[in-house]
Amino acid sequence: MSWLLAAPLVIPFLTAVIAFLTRMSASGRWISVAGNLILLFASIILIAEVLNEGVIAGQMGSWAAPFGITLVADKLSAVMVVITAITALAVSVYALADIDERKEHLGYHALFNVLIGGVTGAFLTGDLFNLYVWFEVMLISSFGLLVLGGSKAQIDGGVKYVTLNLISTILFLSGIGLIYGMTGTLNMADMAAKLPLVENQGLVTVIAMMFMVAFGVKAAVFPLFFWLPAAYHTPAFSVSAVFAGLLTKVGVYALIRMFTLVFNGDIGFTHEILLWVAGLTMLTGVLGAAAQNDIRKILSFHIVSQIGYMIMGLALMTPLAIAGAVFYLVHHIIVKANLFLIAGVAERIAGSTDLKKIGGMYKTAPFLAILFFVPAFSLAGFPPLSGFWAKYILVKAALDDQGWIIAAVALLVGLLTIFSMTKIWAEAFWKNHPGGTDPKLSTLSTLERRHLLIPIACLAAMTLIIGFFPQPFVTFAEGAAEQLLDPSAYMAAVLGDGA
Amino acid sequence: MEALLAMTIGFLVATAVYLMLARNVLRFIFGLVLISNAANLTIFTAGRLTEGAPPLIPPGADAPVGDVANALPQALVLTAIVIGFGLFAFALILMFRAYTTLGTLYSDEMRVAEPREEDAK
Repeated sequence: MSWLLAAPLVIPFLTAVIAFLTRMSASGRWISVAGNLILLFASIILIAEVLNEGVIAGQMGSWAAPFGITLVADKLSAVMVVITAITALAVSVYALADIDERKEHLGYHALFNVLIGGVTGAFLTGDLFNLYVWFEVMLISSFGLLVLGGSKAQIDGGVKYVTLNLISTILFLSGIGLIYGMTGTLNMADMAAKLPLVENQGLVTVIAMMFMVAFGVKAAVFPLFFWLPAAYHTPAFSVSAVFAGLLTKVGVYALIRMFTLVFNGDIGFTHEILLWVAGLTMLTGVLGAAAQNDIRKILSFHIVSQIGYMIMGLALMTPLAIAGAVFYLVHHIIVKANLFLIAGVAERIAGSTDLKKIGGMYKTAPFLAILFFVPAFSLAGFPPLSGFWAKYILVKAALDDQGWIIAAVALLVGLLTIFSMTKIWAEAFWKNHPGGTDPKLSTLSTLERRHLLIPIACLAAMTLIIGFFPQPFVTFAEGAAEQLLDPSAYMAAVLGDGA
Repeated sequence: MEALLAMTIGFLVATAVYLMLARNVLRFIFGLVLISNAANLTIFTAGRLTEGAPPLIPPGADAPVGDVANALPQALVLTAIVIGFGLFAFALILMFRAYTTLGTLYSDEMRVAEPREEDAK
């Protein structure tokens, strides 16, 4: 059983090592693709096993929990690993054409796979300190990817990204120290069992707030999101796409995990704050996007506003709301990564991502226009695309819970998202190109077209599938929510049935 | 002993926050070094302090005899120091690159990625 859990960690790291050794030859990039393909297979086996067996846990190094490091996969972890593998595979194919040789020689593919390993590690670990280590693995490789190439804008964005993320890291670390002092354990399931026994529950809430801020920075929630729009539009498009799809979502995952499993003692206080945070995150993100004129900057601000929806699901803490948050996570990762990939193609054929400098792609590159239309209007929540169901579940959960205001905010933000997406549509696709040139896909070589467009088309197809056949995905999300709200199965799997 | 360490941590954090509020990014990372050490000391202190009892297992025994210091926080701190060192080295180089390519150490003046409206025109 434990090899199944360890495989999604081992595969990316092995791939990274081989990709690093072969970085000077052209085979390095194919190793990355192959590694991610194997990762996808491993993660599908994992999710099948989780669906059959329920929560599975493995003790690394055969030290029994709560002393050793435990890897755990419940439905949420498993689906996050699958979606990570899908994104990683799509981006590694896209990178075949997007990443130039100079960046390959500097070790782009190795860094990328280490990043993926860090992400899957964070999803699978059941140990708080181990989660910190995976966050660091992810962080250091993301630093490398962000500044790889070393342009002025990248260094500038990198400074802000690095500094704010390091502060969050320190807070996270201090929180771990304090909670260890209080419970004497680092295993999350064990911690969940021991925290209610702590005498001074007020202190637990204080530590919960430390974690909320630490993960809040990673998840880019209001008012801690400033590093994200400062940095995400600067690196290569493949890098932006994988950052946009996965990195903030690891923060959201950590919030969901900690605030359903461990910090569920004072929901009236912590989740009330989360609800405010959710509403303000949605609003500031979408308003920030309205003021931007660059595709990647608009999309960056929309990451922030979409994070608000997921936090809203967590804050409401009803089965339907958590299911909505899980569904939203899955839908969002695919859509968001795809939009950044499309922005990359737009820049290649039209010359820029600045909306003032491009245009005309509806006429000259209709295929790209269709590919953009699907994720963009899924993001805005058009029925029957995947975003519609995600928003529908969350708004329904809010209404069921008498959260009129948050439901209204969610709907308003959906409307403003449409505004942003139509802005990109009108400027980049409809109006004529201001330079008078015709941006055509045929200006790309056949090989480039294949490597750039196939991942985009596959991700768009997945958005359509989730949109047209939402039922199995919703059922799955409801199952995941059930496991999250009743952690007894999780705790039993980690600690053994005696606990 | 706890009180002394707690005060040290408090002093470190206060100094670090002061440094990190500076616009000069070099000061910021010096603050970062201090605050990461404060975090390490927090873990160490929160793991309970035991004086003069190294966690050693005497020859022939399977477990330590009597009260010994908790070895886990030490292991955690060690990990955190190694990671912190790596991050600090990276941050230092990044700031150096920022200084050479952007020509400034003041975060207010780093506006290449997000130009002001008037500069963009």
